[in-house]
Amino acid sequence: MTEEIIIAGFGGQGVLSMGKILAYSGIMQDQEVAWMPSYGPEMRGGTANVTVILSDERISSPVLTRYDTAIILNQQSMDKFEEAVKPGGTLIYDPNGITREPSRADIHIYKVEGTRLAAEAGNPKIFNMIVLGGFLKIKPIVIIDNVEKGLEKSLPQRHHHLIPMNIDAIRSGMEHVEKA
Amino acid sequence: MAEIKLMKGNEVIAEAAIRCGCDGYFGYPITPQSEVMETLMLREPWKTTGMVVLQAESEIAAINMVYGAASCGKKSMTSSSSPGISLKQEGLTYLAGAELPCLVVDVVRGGPGLGTIQPAQSDYFQATKGGGHGDYHLLVLAPASVQEMNDFVALGFDLAFKYRNPVMILADGVIGQMMEKVQLSEPVPRWSREDIERISGDWALTGRQKGRERHISTSLELDSYKQEIFNHKLQAKYRLMEANDTRHEELSCEDADYLFVAYGSSARICQKAMQLCREQGIKVGLLRPITLYPFPKIPTRTLAERVKGILTVEMSAGQMVEDVRLAVNGLTPVEHFGRYGGVIPTPEEIVEALKKQFIGA
Repeated sequence: MTEEIIIAGFGGQGVLSMGKILAYSGIMQDQEVAWMPSYGPEMRGGTANVTVILSDERISSPVLTRYDTAIILNQQSMDKFEEAVKPGGTLIYDPNGITREPSRADIHIYKVEGTRLAAEAGNPKIFNMIVLGGFLKIKPIVIIDNVEKGLEKSLPQRHHHLIPMNIDAIRSGMEHVEKA
Repeated sequence: MAEIKLMKGNEVIAEAAIRCGCDGYFGYPITPQSEVMETLMLREPWKTTGMVVLQAESEIAAINMVYGAASCGKKSMTSSSSPGISLKQEGLTYLAGAELPCLVVDVVRGGPGLGTIQPAQSDYFQATKGGGHGDYHLLVLAPASVQEMNDFVALGFDLAFKYRNPVMILADGVIGQMMEKVQLSEPVPRWSREDIERISGDWALTGRQKGRERHISTSLELDSYKQEIFNHKLQAKYRLMEANDTRHEELSCEDADYLFVAYGSSARICQKAMQLCREQGIKVGLLRPITLYPFPKIPTRTLAERVKGILTVEMSAGQMVEDVRLAVNGLTPVEHFGRYGGVIPTPEEIVEALKKQFIGA
């Protein structure tokens, strides 16, 4: 199994953190992982993206142009990465702020109302974890126990009390992901 | 077994330095390697191992601090990215001329000039052909993974002291910024004064002691005949490095009709290109030089006898390709594919380049 994922959105949406949690979760189940961020000028006030690869084998390139899954959090990223999904691959997006719905017929498209659900729950910041939950429902490449362990590893001790809230957000995303 | 961690290449350089008993790090921040010093400052090793971490006023100051510490037999290092490494060249040629061991990490970005902050491999010539003035070489290690960023720090210091020569880790923005699984080395203590006397006692400046010759650390010799003799000695040292410490890796070369030669992150991208080629029935192997100086000439030549063509892939306009051509010496065609200025080649365009050069697609 090799899963090549791009997560893309605005800087500040927690794109890099989502990738880090996925990568840590992969380590918790003995997989090979790579996490490659965009860095530099494009991060400042603009888009941020991260490539995450989980595999049972040695990982080749950490830099890719085609992905098994794209997790999209804004319109700019939709414009850039919808075409980069491999035929038969998966695109998951949060419809908040999306002005042009994805249109490819040869990939599986899902949406998760992460922003809306997070706002309703009174905690807009956890929207990225809701979207991540949607992804894990469609592509159960890591089990939720390992995500929890991954969160323990990736968050400093002083933030560990936030882990249950994040796990709840992931579960919420798993329940609410729907075919677009 | 040591714990598996998820870390950036740059962070790992810092951790590995502390764990291998490094005595001093002297640096000046520059993207894309600033996490090296940031991590060291957060870890505060001066409170645990006694390692000095100092942000100098410039890159030039930093390399000269390395010179000072190295001349005392201390494990000292610096890190920077391309424009900063250019500033360090005077210090590096003096270190090589005084036969002092140290570790220099270059997380390369695109140039020339201030260039870009994105990854590149355009400093191959500077790293492998001397960089500063005079007939000298650094021993150059090229990591292709975060794990190798860990492993090459201790290895780099070992080789630096083995040959009394500066060692460079030539990475790039991809390897520095990427996070991967890494198993950090077990910590070893810093050398004691007795250790330094035992390991480097015949040259290190450890204070005047009764009964031994005065040690002088210099790269100056005004008698040209003596300077030539010293150059002979350096050349003999480089031949020893070639014979004993050339490193490389071969992947899927056994049945290969064509060969990629690539190092660092380009070698990783080539592994993907190799998979794509093999899915199309084109048998391609990969030779990955791990030491760029000394260059793995013999393995390159041996494989050249078996393949129909070699494509070097570099994030430069074509630098390592010259060493490959020298090693191959006309046995088989050698072509170059590169993206540069901070652009990373894609696996797909590497496959197309191979087909265009050798297969005619």
